[in-house]
Amino acid sequence: MNERVAPERLAPEPRAEERKAPPAQTAATGYIGASVPRANAKRLLEGRGCYVDDLKLPRLAHVVFFRSPHAHARIRKLDLSRARTQPGVLAAFDGRAIAEYCSPWVGVLGHLKGIKSPPQHAVAIERACSQGEAVAAIVAETRAQAEDALQHVEAEWEELPAVTGMEEALAGRTVIHPELGDNICFRRELATEGVEQAFAAADLVVEETFGFGRHTGVTLEGRSILADYNAAEHSLTVYQATQAPHMMQDIFSRHLGIPEANVRVICKDVGGSFGIKVHVYPDEMATAAISVMLRRPVKFAADRLESFLTDIHAREHKAKVRLACTRDGRILAFDLDDLTAIGPYSVYPRTSGIEGNQVVNLTGGPYRHQEYRARLNVVFTNKNVTCQYRAVGHPVAVALTEGIVDVAAAKLGLDPAEFRRRNLIPDDAYPYTFPSGIKFEKLSHHQCLDKLLALMDYAGLRAEQAQLRTRGVYRGIGLAAMIEVTNPSPAFYGVGGARISAQDGATVRLEPSGMVTCLSSVTEQGQGTDGIFAQICATAVGVSVDQVRVITGDTGVTPYGGGTWASRGAGIGGEAVLQAGKALKSNILDLAAAVLGADKATLEVRDNAVCDKATGESKLPLAEVGRIGYFRPDTLPLKFQAELSATRHYTPREYAFTFTNGIQASLVEVDTDTGFVRLLKHWCVEDCGTVINPLLVDEQIRGGIVQGIGAAMLEECLYSAEGQLLNGSLADYLVPMTGDVPDIEVAHVCTPTRQSELGAKGVGEAGTAGAPGAVMNAINDALAPLGARVTDQPFTPERILKALKKV
Amino acid sequence: MKASSFGYARPESLAEALELLARHGERAKLLAGGQSLIPSLNLRLSSPALLIDLGNLSELEGIALQGKDLRIGALTRHRAIERSPVVAAHAPLLAQAAPHIAHVAIRNRGTFGGSLAMSDPAAEWPACCLALGASIVVASARGERRVQAERFFKALYATDLAPDEILVAAEIPAAAADSRSVFLELARRRGDYAIVGVAAQARRSKGRLQDVRLAFLGVAAVPLLARRAMAALEGGPCDAAAIAAAERALGDELEPMADLYHSAATKLHLARVLAGRALAALAA
Ligand SMILES: Cc1cc2nc3c(=O)[nH]c(=O)nc-3n(C[C@H](O)[C@H](O)[C@H](O)COP(=O)(O)OP(=O)(O)OC[C@H]3O[C@@H](n4cnc5c(N)ncnc54)[C@H](O)[C@@H]3O)c2cc1C
Repeated sequence: MNERVAPERLAPEPRAEERKAPPAQTAATGYIGASVPRANAKRLLEGRGCYVDDLKLPRLAHVVFFRSPHAHARIRKLDLSRARTQPGVLAAFDGRAIAEYCSPWVGVLGHLKGIKSPPQHAVAIERACSQGEAVAAIVAETRAQAEDALQHVEAEWEELPAVTGMEEALAGRTVIHPELGDNICFRRELATEGVEQAFAAADLVVEETFGFGRHTGVTLEGRSILADYNAAEHSLTVYQATQAPHMMQDIFSRHLGIPEANVRVICKDVGGSFGIKVHVYPDEMATAAISVMLRRPVKFAADRLESFLTDIHAREHKAKVRLACTRDGRILAFDLDDLTAIGPYSVYPRTSGIEGNQVVNLTGGPYRHQEYRARLNVVFTNKNVTCQYRAVGHPVAVALTEGIVDVAAAKLGLDPAEFRRRNLIPDDAYPYTFPSGIKFEKLSHHQCLDKLLALMDYAGLRAEQAQLRTRGVYRGIGLAAMIEVTNPSPAFYGVGGARISAQDGATVRLEPSGMVTCLSSVTEQGQGTDGIFAQICATAVGVSVDQVRVITGDTGVTPYGGGTWASRGAGIGGEAVLQAGKALKSNILDLAAAVLGADKATLEVRDNAVCDKATGESKLPLAEVGRIGYFRPDTLPLKFQAELSATRHYTPREYAFTFTNGIQASLVEVDTDTGFVRLLKHWCVEDCGTVINPLLVDEQIRGGIVQGIGAAMLEECLYSAEGQLLNGSLADYLVPMTGDVPDIEVAHVCTPTRQSELGAKGVGEAGTAGAPGAVMNAINDALAPLGARVTDQPFTPERILKALKKV
Repeated sequence: MKASSFGYARPESLAEALELLARHGERAKLLAGGQSLIPSLNLRLSSPALLIDLGNLSELEGIALQGKDLRIGALTRHRAIERSPVVAAHAPLLAQAAPHIAHVAIRNRGTFGGSLAMSDPAAEWPACCLALGASIVVASARGERRVQAERFFKALYATDLAPDEILVAAEIPAAAADSRSVFLELARRRGDYAIVGVAAQARRSKGRLQDVRLAFLGVAAVPLLARRAMAALEGGPCDAAAIAAAERALGDELEPMADLYHSAATKLHLARVLAGRALAALAA
């Protein structure tokens, strides 16, 4: 393998922390582990990104949606005739008209036993089940004209009782979809054999109920789609801000009745996704249907209010958790009762059952107890739908686990770090099966804990905290250990019947100039996938990274694959790139051996040239390989066929998921008069296996932590009792800004997965998974001497003041 | 969302602007820094037939000491006030408040007059004008008049401005040598509109406070002068007992409205905490 260092202009001065601890490297070295700046960053910074809303096609029409103002209402009358006659208006459709071109869907999966949901249409027919549900579409020459016409839609509504509370939904006095019998979308129960006994025999049982506010992903670029139907070919080209173009290709094909091969989904730049853009949205399906109906390109771009109303929400949970342990601090069992509300439909095709299912799978995850009981109820309500958002279920499971662990430690008079040390699964216990049934290949909880405590100077902080308390300054330190699902196999969706690919493919091609093109089915949402694929590809082939061009996000061009979700791009897509790159190198060496009349085994590709493996002497530049391979194959031996591209696919087979682990810590100061919390510092030590690009990995962790801080401190989609969203703007729905975020120190333990040669696990969600739990524990640690606790996220000043009994 | 279509005029003089306003009345809207108006147009909360852009009226811009008053033109940007040495010397309360208004990009465009005319109950400038006893200068084709700040802010987003009037300036009595001021507010995030805030000014001599002015933002439909709390402090020593009395008095005069995240009771509590901190700072 190559030992090349990145060229000077590409490799920045390493930061202090990198100098201290070079990331571990696997068989693949080269650029693996180097903080190579990504090629697309400069283009995006220069404003040369191209997002769906930047596209203008000839005869482009714009669609806007007339949305239900009510949480639950029957449409008595919907008159579009006045809207149709407004300036610039091309057409106006109701749900029935669109349903003729777009079949409804049902968001269920076979492996979530008993999950149910009613058929959902692109545009609602007869009844709206949440505020913001589209009930008509207006198409005009410009968006402004379409919005003008919207004001001329005449609708009469018969309001129906809205079910907005989770408990109310569970009780089921009003059933949202009578044909389903009750409001329960999905239910799961699980109990190990000895769980009753463990609780009965325990020295200590603690219990707490935690609440989690609904929040959403708030992508910089709103959801957007431009669908261009070509009647002559019966083909549909869709430009879409999506994470999963192949999944969408399949869905457009099946629901619009267009052959799969005639549907092409193209992702230009995508401005952030976080899981928001991996679902089927009714308004986007309607846009595609309308393009077919009007036989012209049609664009829809959600504005910010529409985003808040209709982008999937996530994590509205209320969960009671109990923990049983011995007097000497050994955890025996966890018991979970989780209730979550998902809106009126289970979202297609991933379902809205997965988040709760994950909470059941993951609660108690880092610990070595053997007994576990869990009960989950996923209920329908008349609010916007919820579904998978960054770190699906993890922030809930981690906060529940770590919150109750701190309660137990306090009751036992044990230091929280020490209590965790006694209970974390030992580093030599792997492979390990957790009571919920999930399997761990190899985790490093204890190494991470040790590293974290040293990094943050835990003992020093505790001493400072004690000293400050005597002066009435209330600081708190919170820990949150975590496990995280990454690199999922088909066990996630495929086994349930969803046509969602868990494998990814890569094609790596030598160009005549000696440059290398890499096509991958993983997509770029701004997270830097293109950058790490260039690094992996350059390393595998033996070229410098500036010779590699990466192409993603086009079903007409790239190999078939899953796209971006569940922290899988590097681990799955990256392995495919590595294997394709190695295959291309082998093909290059075949050609070089033929040209040079040398033994292939003595040759290697390094520095953009074929060279002698032993001496490093350059024998044949890759530009020469390309020239001969493409333009002068006549000079090669008669039987030789040059094969200067290679495709490989990869799916993890041995484990259903490649779990990662880590631990976070938060330091806060609470102003006990105002209830304001100042976040002073945050730390994260995590183990994502091979670190391909330390800069990107650390920024993924930091960005994730910031989203987790948002959940803990600020973000909540607030609804009135009638189901009206109260904060549909960025002035009212608060996301953290740079000024609200503390310094975040990140460090790594590297335990590469042995399932792949690359050894990379996922990292995109770890920050979000652990941060809310760490912040909650820090706040409660600060409040402990005052006898106060908070358990409902987000921790607003009012909630803290109430806990302190000041209001 | 997109704004519905509107006409646009950019007058070259105040007289021309007043004439346009007189002609179009309530169908027209004045555009100053646009930091409040443009979002409301884009959300279609407002759809005027004509925008009258005040941007060219340099006569409305500027900060000057005129006799005993500091005169701040309506079109003066928040950022200019924040950076003005004249303001720092003669109305330090404004300099203390300015950094709390939104973010730099918004302060670069938003105007003093726009903020007063908008009269957001959580905005900084209206409360400061109350605390400082400013008088607001307004003009119309009918002539010019002055309104005391205490009578200018009438109800939620409503001022004493008539539909044909333009706010041209505010005149603020320059701070006396023994004057002290404190501005404090609580916002969930830096730059957000305040949950509650207090603008406090008093003269302090021999440990006693005089001419105490405590104006609150975010605790009623309009910025509010806390007269009972002020009375509890006037002329006395600003000790713990006086501060406690002032905090108590607030309960009778503040009328906080719950917002999305805070109940009225929480807001009252926070106003008391801020009052205590502001008074302690005045006394220090
Ligand atoms: C994200 C964000 C955060 C903000 N945070 C704060 C904050 O913390 N505190 C705060 O105080 N403000 C805040 N603002 C508002 C900002 O300060 C505005 O600049 C200010 O409220 C209005 O000033 P403007 O010059 O932009 O007025 P415009 O938006 O142009 O006009 C506002 C209104 O005043 C009228 N108007 C303007 N000038 C005059 C005049 N001379 N005579 C009569 N009527 C006039 C207009 O017709 C319009 O109705 C924020 C704004 C944003 C976008």
